[in-house]
Amino acid sequence: MASISPARRALARAPWSRGAWRDTAFAVSGVPLQCAGWTILGAPWAFFAPEDMTMVALVAVVSCALLLLVIRPLTAAQRERCWAMLGLEIPRLDAVDGADGGRLGVLRDLRSPELWRVLRYHLLAGPLLAFGGLATVTAWTGAFLLGGLGAYAWALPDSSPLSLTTHATRTAALTAVGVALLAAAPWIAAAVRGLDVRAAVAYLGPDRAKELERRVEDLAEKRASVVDAADIERRRIERDLHDGAQQRLVSLAMNLGLARETLTGVPGPAMQVIVEAHEEAKEALTELRNLIRGLHPAVLEDRGLDAALSGVAARVPLPVRLRVEIEPRVSSTVEAVAYFVVSEALTNVVKHARATGVTVTVARRGAVLRVLVADDGVGGADPSRGTGLNGLARRVESVDGTFRITSPAGGPTTVTVELPCAL
Amino acid sequence: MRIVIAEDSVLLRAGLIKLLETSGFEVAAAVGDADALLAAVREHRPDAAIVDVRMPPGFTDEGVRAALVMRRESPEVAVLLLSQYVEERYAADLLSTSTSGIGYLLKDRVADVSVFLDALRRVAAGGAALDPEVVSQLLLRRHRDPLDRLTPRERDVLGLMAEGRSNAGIAAALVVSESAVAKHINSIFAKLDLPHAEGDHRRVLAVLRFLEGDT
Repeated sequence: MASISPARRALARAPWSRGAWRDTAFAVSGVPLQCAGWTILGAPWAFFAPEDMTMVALVAVVSCALLLLVIRPLTAAQRERCWAMLGLEIPRLDAVDGADGGRLGVLRDLRSPELWRVLRYHLLAGPLLAFGGLATVTAWTGAFLLGGLGAYAWALPDSSPLSLTTHATRTAALTAVGVALLAAAPWIAAAVRGLDVRAAVAYLGPDRAKELERRVEDLAEKRASVVDAADIERRRIERDLHDGAQQRLVSLAMNLGLARETLTGVPGPAMQVIVEAHEEAKEALTELRNLIRGLHPAVLEDRGLDAALSGVAARVPLPVRLRVEIEPRVSSTVEAVAYFVVSEALTNVVKHARATGVTVTVARRGAVLRVLVADDGVGGADPSRGTGLNGLARRVESVDGTFRITSPAGGPTTVTVELPCAL
Repeated sequence: MRIVIAEDSVLLRAGLIKLLETSGFEVAAAVGDADALLAAVREHRPDAAIVDVRMPPGFTDEGVRAALVMRRESPEVAVLLLSQYVEERYAADLLSTSTSGIGYLLKDRVADVSVFLDALRRVAAGGAALDPEVVSQLLLRRHRDPLDRLTPRERDVLGLMAEGRSNAGIAAALVVSESAVAKHINSIFAKLDLPHAEGDHRRVLAVLRFLEGDT
């Protein structure tokens, strides 16, 4: 928008531009709706003037009730106006136009702040905007009347008291005012439109803070389901690999083993090929097993984090001190993340730390699961370089956890992860 | 020797049958889930059952549970569990009932045909066969107790003992003399306050009892 030149902007606000007429139509169309609130409140007094206080109170109550009854269609009409003329959608409010409300729905919750915000539009902002709308109308009318004055005066015969010859200066001045009004009218219309839109969004739409709150809730829910879906997918892949490739590979390795041990009279080079194939099949099995276990170990599901982690720790070629205290059990997604954190961190320790020992602590403190992996290695781990640590941090963030690593050069390295137990 | 096989993968079941029959075993029944296994064991009274840990319907630890039932119902039937992953927790469950005629191996080990068949025979004869991975997991869990007093070499020996190997087997694996192994074993027994006992089988039991100690 900033790149648009002032000339362009001025042109967009020209009296003959589409925008000018749209703004004008919008500003003017608002006037009856914006006056409706006070009209309803004031109408009964115009018809009769009650003398005693009881009647005054009665009329006041009746007019207020009447206002509350029309609040809903009135608000809906304002919303329609914004949508039809500007394409601006103002979200509905539960308290004012809730689906269950019926005609009397508004009365049900007089304390709702939403209702009072809507009233503020109809009774405070509305009348002011109506003045704006009237000002727009006045500007256009003035522009055309005064602008046309010159032509009118010119058309009059010289004998007329208003002819151009006698009132040249005055006519010129009035025509100039008309031209100025013509130029100003679109700007006035645009300003009224802008104010109206702001007031409508602020008072007729949902409260911004509340809307953000709802949005955060919504997003958190969505993210949790995405994380869960990823977890379920991982389990499915694990199951598929287990049922398919792994069984086939075991069978293959077994057949090769059988061939290796039972075939006699096979020429040396042929036997060599069988032996090599057998060894490779076994290596492939080990690799596949580690891969599958990294995806989602079955033991995690039926025996929990403690059992699964002791399996991980046992596979690390370093002394591991493992302490797991999680009672009651946390959600399976959080368990899977904790499992992933420990196994990734241990893989990193083995690969880079040159450590002589690792301590792994997983402990539940109230609503937080704290995972600590500390080694006595050389340190200097940098999450910005290694993809392993990065992936770890991301996976932790996916469940709203925090990831911290301290790893000064020379060691030791400590990875601390905190996960909220309830997603 | 009569064997019952419980394995849900058709491919692997056929492979196991072929392997066992080629090697002179008799396969009394081959089934695909835990209930069928229990029925087959009751019917055929085999010497041993080879059981996959993960079977229908839940695909988690059905095999382990079936093995526990079998231990109770027919303790004379040896059980060799096969799993894609060995988990110390499952082993602890199994060993808590009894430590004879029990085996728990990675499925991969069937590829080493003679090692696998040795383990099967050992289990069927009332011995034990634990996968080295299980043993290392079990050892890991007891880092704070008297095992800390063992030297690394003694830990190696204890691990091999827990796998069910004989003195000669341990000596071969560690490339030392049998007398050196015997010396290590005596030292282990002393450090672990275990009463001295003769024979492979009993000492394995002793080791396993110790390992399962405070799981």
